[in-house]
Amino acid sequence: MSERQVDLEILRYNPETDEAPAWRTYRVPCQEDWVVLDAINYVKDELDRTLSYRWSCHMAVCGSCGVMINGEPMLSCKAFLRDLPDRIRVEPLANFPIERDLIVVMDDFMAKLDSVKPYLVPREEKPIEDGEHLQTPAQLNKFKQYTLCINCTLCYAACPQYAHNESFVGPAALALAHRYNLDSRDVGRAAREDVVASNAGIWECSFVGACSDVCPHDVDPAGAIQQIKIASTMDYFKDLLMPGRGR
Amino acid sequence: MNVTTTDVVIVGAGGAGLRAAIAIAEAHPDLGVALLSKVYPMRSHTVAAEGGAAGVTKDNDSFDNHFNDTVTGGDWLCDQDAVDLFVREAPRELTRMEHWGCPWSRESNGRVAVRPFGGMKVERTWYAADKTGFHMLHTLFQTSLKYPSIKRFDEFYSTDLLVVDGRCRGVAAIDMRSGQLHLFRAKAVIIATGGAGRIFPFTTNGAIKTGDGMAMAYRAGVALKDMEFVQYHPTGLPGTGILITEGCRGEGGILVNKDGYRYLQDYGLGPPDPWPRKKAMELGPRDRLSQAFWHESRKGRTIDTPHGDVVHLDLRHLGEKLIDERLPMVRDLAISYVGVDPVHAPIPVRPVVHYTMGGIDTDIDAKTSLEGLFAAGECACVSINGANRLGSNSLTELLVFGARAGLGAARLAAGEGSHASETAIRATAAVARDRVGRLFRSTGGGESVVGLRREMNATMEAGAGIYRTDESLRRSCAVMNDIRRRYASIELVDKSNVYNTDLIQTLELGAMIDVAGAIIVSALERRESRGSHQRLDHEQRDDQSYLKHSLAHYVDGDDPRIDYRDVVITRSQPGERVYGGKAT
Repeated sequence: MSERQVDLEILRYNPETDEAPAWRTYRVPCQEDWVVLDAINYVKDELDRTLSYRWSCHMAVCGSCGVMINGEPMLSCKAFLRDLPDRIRVEPLANFPIERDLIVVMDDFMAKLDSVKPYLVPREEKPIEDGEHLQTPAQLNKFKQYTLCINCTLCYAACPQYAHNESFVGPAALALAHRYNLDSRDVGRAAREDVVASNAGIWECSFVGACSDVCPHDVDPAGAIQQIKIASTMDYFKDLLMPGRGR
Repeated sequence: MNVTTTDVVIVGAGGAGLRAAIAIAEAHPDLGVALLSKVYPMRSHTVAAEGGAAGVTKDNDSFDNHFNDTVTGGDWLCDQDAVDLFVREAPRELTRMEHWGCPWSRESNGRVAVRPFGGMKVERTWYAADKTGFHMLHTLFQTSLKYPSIKRFDEFYSTDLLVVDGRCRGVAAIDMRSGQLHLFRAKAVIIATGGAGRIFPFTTNGAIKTGDGMAMAYRAGVALKDMEFVQYHPTGLPGTGILITEGCRGEGGILVNKDGYRYLQDYGLGPPDPWPRKKAMELGPRDRLSQAFWHESRKGRTIDTPHGDVVHLDLRHLGEKLIDERLPMVRDLAISYVGVDPVHAPIPVRPVVHYTMGGIDTDIDAKTSLEGLFAAGECACVSINGANRLGSNSLTELLVFGARAGLGAARLAAGEGSHASETAIRATAAVARDRVGRLFRSTGGGESVVGLRREMNATMEAGAGIYRTDESLRRSCAVMNDIRRRYASIELVDKSNVYNTDLIQTLELGAMIDVAGAIIVSALERRESRGSHQRLDHEQRDDQSYLKHSLAHYVDGDDPRIDYRDVVITRSQPGERVYGGKAT
């Protein structure tokens, strides 16, 4: 049986020499169990040393290899060629400025992660000698799903709101805030509310749900954002009825 | 060249580097920390660790148990003072991770749950389902955001340590975004760059694990210790080498050959029942299990596949509910990458290069022989792992010794440490600049990164795999020497500045060639079999001659010089490693 040939169209851009990004097509002989990342690596190793992209783990957990594949944001290490046609378009993640080739600028995302205070704010500092906080499996399950985000930013590439308004805090960062808010050990919700419930926070989300559709780890950021909206609304009404008791 | 002045520079922002940074920020909030990494912190390979982190927590367990398991597992090549310190610090560090929010799996009463692991007498492996490294890394990264004194330099590739007046006083790094060389001037430097599994062709290690930090320290005159000890994990997926955690066997999974037979009983690990049973059969240590596979393969009792022969890891009897709760990632990986749902069929697995026990020679305080330089995590060798690391000791190690490295560096920076002058730093960095500059200027050399990398991978597997001989090692040594010479004729295809990954891969290859040389020559000189270092021509352990750490010293353009240092033995005299029915 002859090897399958795939035409890999890659959007190339070198800021030092190119005025604008342009497509370049590479013919890649593929093995049947390959993922798109394997084909990209083939291009780098065999056809064109100047191609730049990010990758490391090849097992869908480091989150570095996200790209648009035929228009959909995907991890290239988990996009199997067997599920794709013979002509595959690979371009940098949408909604991010291109740095070079498939590498996008991460600054905005990193700043947004930071902005939601994604760390445990404990009720009180507990000495190590006192051991761990108790947390039942049921308490853990309340937030576990939202701990699974690998920061691959596919959800930002899919989000129509982020495309439209760059100041939107966005799916992954809001889901991460929610993760800590729901943690039985945490009391930091009020401190996160400034960003989370701001105009650029949850209320900017129009609940299209594209973020959850593309999430490779089923984190469901859209669900998280809806839950925060409900909780914030409850706070608002509680505060109206019993001032100061909203939180 | 821009110069950034700070107090401590940390190279590597995985588990060890982040833990070190937090330790400094907590103990000395006034000290500036520059945290450099060639990737964003969340991409560091700590992320891929699955099974868990060891630390005594149960009433039926003790520090002595953890000590004895670790020293025996390491075939008595561990420094026992370091192991003692490690096992005592372990539960404290893991509890601290809990206080920082790490989502450890729990018992029904709310206590942290533990699972059995290979070579461990009592269950003491803390876990977060089968994504323990992922959760630890993200918890550390997110926690690090609390501290304003930690300034990150993401996607900076460090090329050289800057040594002035015999002290490490900074680092030269390429800012990958601009391609410019950037100098960091500091009072202390910590290397936390992880292992070097990419020297081998078939590895669980991500693309970034190229031994950069090891090579940097080595070239600066610090010895690489015990480099001949390379761990093969017994259960990787064929083709990709994706890790299938030992946690599978901790939960009760079994390994069978092509006849459905639990072959480990033929290699001093049986009897098979009762199962599960600690320190027996599938819960034996990794070196023994990988060696058993090699013998089964020789006997023709493994299963052929297009990606090499395999045995079967069978989890079916655990049931869907337990698999989904404790091993969800394993299920997902097996379905995605080999088309097998472990709920319904056994997973094909084979041994795969996983971990470098050896590394930058450090003492118990994570200090190296170069004043001002510390190292921690997989890139370092303290040594608590000896000739064979026990599964789940490394995640704990990066916390315990990451924190110690941080505190040591902070003490130095806050005390007698001093900066070199900017002039001296610039002058020292000229070497780094020239080395990178030469790559840009050279033309017509004709050697390629890909070609040399492939040759290195092939000869390392052929010569320094699970079993080695004088002949195989000599052959690989000659090939590596040839590769080292030809490396000088590498020609960059990409001569641009912004995100030049051709350049970065070339520098990574240079690091790997240096480290591979240390592995090969250390292995050649150790004429005994111990732990993961097995010599078919010297099958016995030889305590008379080799109860010693090997130290490989860099020699420019030649094989390293090897010498030895006695192992620290405090209370456990070398004996027989006993697993299976007679294990205690």
